[in-house]
Amino acid sequence: MDPISISVKSITRKYGANVALDAISFDVKKGELFGFIGPDGAGKTTLFRILTTLLLPDAGEATVEGLDVVQDYKQVRKIAGYMPGKFSLYMDLTVEENLKFYATIFGTTIEENYDLIKAIYSQIEPFRKRKAGQLSGGMKQKLALSCALIHKPVVLFLDEPTTGVDAVSRVEFWEMLKRLKEGGITILVSTPYMDEASLCDRVALIQYGKILQLSTPQEVVEKFPFDLYTVSSGDIYNLLNDMKNFPGMKSCYAFGQSAHVAFQKGTLNENSLREFLLKKEHPKVEIENIQANIEDCFMELMDK
Amino acid sequence: MGTGEENIIVVKDLVKKYGSFYANDHLSFEVKKGEIFGFLGANGAGKTTAIRILCGLSYPTSGTMNVAGFDVYSQRDEIKRNIGYMSQRFSLYDDLTVFENIRFYAGIYGLSKKEINARSARLMEELSLTEVKDKLISAIPQGWKQKLAFSVAIIHDPKIVFLDEPTGGVDPITRRQFWDLIYKAARDGITVFVTTHYMDEAEYCDRVTIMVEGRIAALDTPDALKGQYSAANMNEVFLHLARKKVGN
Repeated sequence: MDPISISVKSITRKYGANVALDAISFDVKKGELFGFIGPDGAGKTTLFRILTTLLLPDAGEATVEGLDVVQDYKQVRKIAGYMPGKFSLYMDLTVEENLKFYATIFGTTIEENYDLIKAIYSQIEPFRKRKAGQLSGGMKQKLALSCALIHKPVVLFLDEPTTGVDAVSRVEFWEMLKRLKEGGITILVSTPYMDEASLCDRVALIQYGKILQLSTPQEVVEKFPFDLYTVSSGDIYNLLNDMKNFPGMKSCYAFGQSAHVAFQKGTLNENSLREFLLKKEHPKVEIENIQANIEDCFMELMDK
Repeated sequence: MGTGEENIIVVKDLVKKYGSFYANDHLSFEVKKGEIFGFLGANGAGKTTAIRILCGLSYPTSGTMNVAGFDVYSQRDEIKRNIGYMSQRFSLYDDLTVFENIRFYAGIYGLSKKEINARSARLMEELSLTEVKDKLISAIPQGWKQKLAFSVAIIHDPKIVFLDEPTGGVDPITRRQFWDLIYKAARDGITVFVTTHYMDEAEYCDRVTIMVEGRIAALDTPDALKGQYSAANMNEVFLHLARKKVGN
């Protein structure tokens, strides 16, 4: 049995009548890259704030590296690195000044743990005299990550580190995370981007304060309960509308220019579907059986 | 969608400089009436700068721009009256109710009291919000908020609606319902100018432009761009164009 880094037992947190976290329980293994996948309002930020000792739960318990997040909060803060959702560094300090500030607060220096952040920081080092407020989104991310790592944390909490960032920077960021993981740090990441789930060791799909499913990304897609097909016809808008009238269709969602359509296992007759669409004057019809991706699974779980 | 020939936005050699830095470096493009126009680009590429200029919120350094028939230098107020705007960051007021938000924005857009009443009622019925009209925005689900924010942005029947990353952080089902609303608006003749970081959404646009370092690196239909770069989807097109340039 793998050693546990983070243990969460029945954590509940409310804001007035709004239940942000509803008796959530899960474990994160040491050295794991664990993803919390869900939209805004799912409870991700609330959870991260509780685990980084910034917010008290209403019920339940949690430990980080064996330390209780409430009783032992001071020690948790020494071993945890945190990159919150919004850019939280000082806009009017330079890149270098921000990093030095964080190092000093944690009683260390940039030089002491430079090896750990080198791969990331070296990309923004040429701009070290630039004020943080003048950095692009991708660069801000790299700086925030460097600051979260400067004190050599054992556990890293990254709350939506790629939100609002372009597709290229997102790819680069996840490459950096993989390298960090190889260094043995336990990493807990939250993201609304479904495609990033596949880059994690295990994922928890979260919505409305509850975990919908928790397993490896591969297991999540294997558990998809229906046969899934991409259907394209050159006319996505009418395709979506027409599919609503095809018998046996369990769900139909647009994915770019084609639709992902689900059927009870073994029930679709592809020729019938083709004829149905051609009769509705779709210019061409392409149907292909595919494996579900995380987004397909998330929508199916949401729909229940 | 977007089959009309009339141009609703015309931009020629738009330049915006900050000192010696070119945020927008001689941009030229046109947007047709009723088109869904995707405005993509890496962070720092100059998208927000350009949008602010087109919305009449900022002056260009040089170039000519015409939005909904009005000049961006001398007719900014008229532009503002004829456009709608919605973004992830700036949306509805959490501490007002559904109805109060609709009434507030409709008032800001200059609708008469009679029009406000009629359109509010219709909007709430279309979105099935009538029962929650007196609930605070903070109390309704995110998906409903998104759809309401969009409908409010077009309550005054603007010629163009600017959407700045409208679906950021939104659940995948709501995202698709949101695009249903966009399609409907476009079919009703409203031109939609949208930025997004979701590359599958780029495929829903009639045409897409990709900005890199202040310039337009690509402008065409998604199909043409995929063909040009031998890409399976818009994500690949984007990575191809933006990757080399995103060195910082």
